[in-house]
This record gives sequence, C-alpha cells and structure tokens, in this order.
Amino acid sequence: MEQAIDIILLGFLVVVAIAVVKQRDLFASVILFGIYSLLSAAIFVSLDAVDVAFTEAAVGAGISSILILSTLALTSRNEKPSSHSVFLPLMVVLVTGATLVFGTLDMPAFADPEAPVHKHVAPRYIQDSYQEVGMPNIVTSVLASYRGYDTMGEVVVIFTAGVAVLLLLSSVRHKEDELSNLTDLKHHPILLNVAQILIPIILLFALYVQFHGDYGPGGGFQAGVIFAAGFILYAMIIGIDEIRKTFTPKYLHWLSVTGVVLYIGVGIVTLLLGGEFLNYNVLAEEKLTGQHWGIFLVELGVGITVTATMLSLFLSFSEVRRTP
Amino acid sequence: MSSFFDLYNYWIFIFLMMTGFYIVIAQGNLVKKIIGLNIFQTSVFLLYISMGKVSGGTAPILIEADVSYSNPLPHVLILTAIVVGVATTAVAMALIVRIQKAYGTIEEQEIHEQDASL
Repeated sequence: MEQAIDIILLGFLVVVAIAVVKQRDLFASVILFGIYSLLSAAIFVSLDAVDVAFTEAAVGAGISSILILSTLALTSRNEKPSSHSVFLPLMVVLVTGATLVFGTLDMPAFADPEAPVHKHVAPRYIQDSYQEVGMPNIVTSVLASYRGYDTMGEVVVIFTAGVAVLLLLSSVRHKEDELSNLTDLKHHPILLNVAQILIPIILLFALYVQFHGDYGPGGGFQAGVIFAAGFILYAMIIGIDEIRKTFTPKYLHWLSVTGVVLYIGVGIVTLLLGGEFLNYNVLAEEKLTGQHWGIFLVELGVGITVTATMLSLFLSFSEVRRTP
Repeated sequence: MSSFFDLYNYWIFIFLMMTGFYIVIAQGNLVKKIIGLNIFQTSVFLLYISMGKVSGGTAPILIEADVSYSNPLPHVLILTAIVVGVATTAVAMALIVRIQKAYGTIEEQEIHEQDASL
C-alpha cells in the first residue's frame, strides 16, 4: 500500500516536471512549481520526514511561488522561444543522468535498515537524545542542540540574503510618498471574507508551531514562514499599506537582527557560564531544564529572523517601480 | 546485484534532477532557469530524505511504544536547506529584477546580443 502511494506520487512529480519543461507561459510554470513542491511535501510525509514536509509545503508552495510571481509582475509573463539547439543540452543531461544511475547501483536498497547511513551518529540521536536533551521530537533536538552551530549558520545565511535583496532593490524603489495600494483585491467579497477568517487562524497556528516544536513537528523555521505567510495574505487582500505602517522597514530590520543576536547571545551566555558555545546544559541547575531554555530561546531567535526576513523580502519586491 | 524495486526511487529522483538541469541549460528565460534550479534542488532533497527512510520505521518523534524510527539526521539537514533555498531564490529574483531594469529583458539571448553590440 505504502509503495503504491509512493509510486503514484512520484508519477505525478514526473508529469509535473515535464509539464514545466514544455510550458512557455511563466505564470503557469510557477503554479506548476508550487504543485511540484506540494507533491514533494506529500512524499516527505510518506518517507516519515514530517518536519521537512511541513517546511517544504510552507516555503516551496507558499513563499517561493509568491517571490517568483512578484518578479514576473515586474518583468514579463511569456517566455520567448529559445534559439538554443536542443541536442547538446539533451546529451549533457543524458550522460550526467546515466552516470548518476550507474552510481546508484552500489547503493543499499531503499529503506534498508542496515544501510551505512543508519549506523553512524543516528543511533546515538535516537537512543540517547531523550536523556541528553529531553525532547520527544528528535529533529528539534538535533537541529537546535546537537547541531546548533549549523542552525546558527543557516540563520545568518537567511539574514544575509535579506540584506542582499534590500541592497539590490533599494535603488529601484518607489519614493516613499508614491507607495500606494498596488493590489485591488479588497472588492472581491469571497477573498476578503475567507482571508478575514483565515488570517487569525494562520497566526495562531504559527504560534503553536513555534512553541510546540519540541513535542511535535514544527519549530522556528516553519513558524517564521507561516507567520510571514499570514501577514503576506493580509497585505495582498486587505491592504499592503496597513502592513507597511505596522512593519516599517526600520522595525523589520531591527527584528531580523534581534533573532540573530538572540541566537548568538545564548551561545555567549553559555560561554560566560563556563560551558562550551551553545552548550545549554549550563543554563540552569538541572541539565534538561537548561536544554529546554536554550532550545526555546534559539528557536525563538530563528522564528523572529525568518518572519522578519520573509516579510521584508515580500515588501521589497512590492515596492519596486513598475516602469522599465 | 540490486533489483529494480530496491532502487527505482533513486532513479526517479535522478530523472527529476536531470529535468531541472535541462531547464537550466536549455531554456533562455532567467525566471525559468531559476524554476529549473528549484526543481533540481527539491529532487536532491527527496534523494536525501529517501536515504533516511527505514522500512517499518515511523517519524522520529519519540513515543512510548517499542518502534523503530527513520533516520532524523537527513531531516535536519534538509529542513534548513529548504529555508536557505528560499533565501537564495529571493536573491536570484532580486538580481533578475535588476537585470530587467538594466537590459529591458530577461531572455539570455537578448542580453548577450546587447552585450555584444556594446
């Protein structure tokens, strides 16, 4: 049964990928890419990666599509037929693909419990993480505690990308007084009513995902993206001006810095308390309480930075002048 | 020697990866190229996650019952990779917007022609 579901979903993925190649209308390509992301999220669930599925559904099908659509609104919707010859790229792709398939012949069978990948650090995480970190969700334990350095790096990468986009787009911005409500969806009663019902639920759900990530799927990355999605929905349907007034650029910049500083700050506090950088054990008398505090704070940092950066990305794209 | 049913997952992911790769090298529109790159990226994510699957295992969230869990490590790596992926996509989109402002087009061919005529 599981295999049948797998094969059907993979079949859909193949069909969608080929449709993207064939499609000349870029708007349709973006929507197809959103479908591709959503299908991969479904496959992630069937592969037991619930946290990843969550993130892919929110990011790939949500924020990525919005950002690409904002770009299309500023460029052009139709792709010109390519004058490239098809033959050379096809050969390159076929040869690369054949080499990769040849490479898989040595791989252990799919889902083999004896595969080398399951024999390295994973057993330690599965057996000891509850005693060492005290959280049921192993993915959160590894993400925020065992591999806390990695996650800190990722947060800094997201922050840096936010800064890069601001720098790239600031010179083509509208002047402050020219900013107006670019969307006019307020007069669609269905959209407006559905949005008014959904937005508070989305924000509440984001809070749940943020603070329940220790026990179930979720955490700062997912919560941040869902928070931003709620505000972006508000901006698109009810009014971008209110969002601009609430989240002024200065405020958003401060927020995204705050998250990074909070994360690194926890590391510095653990150093001052005599532990290693990001060793949360020293944060409280009880080792596990320390771990709980540490993970709570760094996940909060991640959530704040991701929310602020995603929102600031969306607003930057919406403020670009339309004239070429 | 492994049979078809042991490895077909990996082959489908390689097919998807190559589809994305084909879009990147064969199609001239910059937005389309980024969509191709995203398809490539998502296929790599699928490849990693499928390596973490353990048959009969469940999601790596500890429960009382005696069960086996899938490998949590690929999940952590890919979770953060997805969010970094959207950040890099955003930078790419911002660059495309600037290219549109500078050249008036986002077709690779036309950009090359304008560069050549300088």
